[in-house]
Amino acid sequence: MSVVHGIIGSGLPQILLAPEKNPGWSEVREGYERARERLEASEADLLIVYSTMWPSVIGHQIQADPEPEWVHVDELFHDLGSIPYRFDIDSEFAHQLREIAEARGLQARTIAYHGFPIDTGSVVALKLLNPNNRIPAVILSSNVYADRAETVVFGKAVRAAVERAGRKAAVVAVTSLSNRLFTDWIDPADDRIHSLKDDEWNQKLLEFLRAGRLEDTAQLSRQIHRQIRVRKVVNFKPMWWLSAVMGQHNNYTGDVHAYAPVHGTGAAVVTLVPSQAGFGDKEYDEDDVEVYAGDREVLG
Amino acid sequence: MSTGRIVAGALAPHPPHLVYADNPPQNEPTSECGWEMLRWGYERLAKDIAALEPDVLIVLSPHWQTYIGTHFLGVPHFASKSVDPVFPNLFRYHYDLKVDVPLAEAIEERARAAGLVTKMMRNPDFRVDYGTIVSCHLTRPQWDLPIVSISSCRATSYYNVDVMQEQQMALARATREAVVASGRRAVLLASESLSHRHFVTESAVPEDMSNEHITNHHQYLWDMKLVEMLRRGESRRVVDLMPEFTEQAVSESDSGALTWLLAAMDYPDYPAELYAYGSVIGTGNAVMSFIPPEEA
Repeated sequence: MSVVHGIIGSGLPQILLAPEKNPGWSEVREGYERARERLEASEADLLIVYSTMWPSVIGHQIQADPEPEWVHVDELFHDLGSIPYRFDIDSEFAHQLREIAEARGLQARTIAYHGFPIDTGSVVALKLLNPNNRIPAVILSSNVYADRAETVVFGKAVRAAVERAGRKAAVVAVTSLSNRLFTDWIDPADDRIHSLKDDEWNQKLLEFLRAGRLEDTAQLSRQIHRQIRVRKVVNFKPMWWLSAVMGQHNNYTGDVHAYAPVHGTGAAVVTLVPSQAGFGDKEYDEDDVEVYAGDREVLG
Repeated sequence: MSTGRIVAGALAPHPPHLVYADNPPQNEPTSECGWEMLRWGYERLAKDIAALEPDVLIVLSPHWQTYIGTHFLGVPHFASKSVDPVFPNLFRYHYDLKVDVPLAEAIEERARAAGLVTKMMRNPDFRVDYGTIVSCHLTRPQWDLPIVSISSCRATSYYNVDVMQEQQMALARATREAVVASGRRAVLLASESLSHRHFVTESAVPEDMSNEHITNHHQYLWDMKLVEMLRRGESRRVVDLMPEFTEQAVSESDSGALTWLLAAMDYPDYPAELYAYGSVIGTGNAVMSFIPPEEA
């Protein structure tokens, strides 16, 4: 088994820097604690983070700096404070992944530059899930132009790289569920999910994930994007990636460790562990794809 | 007593490729050449701006993206390294810049009074975004002027271009009033491309100009339409057209930078000066100035 553990977690900085300011933020922080404990018990020897908060344009970027170190400040919530970090990155795996991704038709490149701005979501997830750098990590970008086929192929490339390396990987999708922030400052005590509609959709997604229905959730991505995502990118991609890297099925033990609002967004922490029991496959609308064939000159 | 005023505005796009190709000592990577028409155009813009003897550059950048209101740098001095998250192979720039905090605070105060959501950025560890740095570097390479750096409130994403423009018009009034009250001679920089569809691949030699062209003809037509209108002094029509242009050209005007610039200059009806138009990794970029006739 190559990918032994999956985690979904919000990447907003309140969870790391100010959990005490709101009971819900504390709940998400405690959820991360439980997810960390489960991760440590999982035997994973590699931690792969796909962050929706790291946008890329030139294909898929893979962090390969062995020891990135910086003091990070979020561009929006800068008043919450600074986040010093130093991570242990598995540079060798990063390069292997790039080769496999390219062989599947993807544009991919490794990134190893001092001072590269690792995104808030990756920093939050790694600080909370892997605080002592016990497990070497790799961080992956989310391409702004990629849609389903490209994202699924990227997930499969990651899985293939893990298998070829003979590793046991835990994979993390850094994403909010609904992502509509309040557009004004709020008293943290007044935080709530932005709308009842967002909350109902979030609850539906968590119901699926609790039942281990990851591929079903992935198949709903376009609908999720229309219903509860602010249109910043072409589509809601993290579930496509996560399901592809974990094997595209519905057979997991799902645990929702936390769900609460963070400045209006739906912030959750979920663990998915492959299991023999599960929900089984459905009849899917979306095609499967193994190799990315590009935009086929649609824009030419 | 002389009052402050906006002595010029510039459409000052921020492709990091231009700094990379320019090989300034602050940037770690080096190049052989590249994007000369745009860089030489920027040189002429810098010369014209210098002749106006400004006191401060005020820049609005799409790469400081804020979803809760408009933010302003509020620390007097920043020195660090900016690495472009998208093109880190091209832009790793050591910056050392001063901020005109009193002017930033004055704009913020007026914007807040006008009903906008605002925030002063007081964290000294904050990293200044590369859009601000690229536009300021190319407009004033000697870095001898303080800047005011304004974030891009992403109202286009949350609502639409019309809402974004209403907010930018309010911010523009606040900017103009604060500049007048400050006694400064200010230059405004709208740090944005026009059409903004990138290639998703990069040449082995990034400055290989044989691979550079606009992503598609459709975008080029929209860019030329806008450039021609600005060259005829039809800035109000440009603002009216902005929702359509932003969608059709996948334009970085979704940031609000150009709307803010034109509104702050009270919608110039005199011809803008075009120094250069060119593509950078498929996006359309125009370097243009708006210099009021009384300043020319």
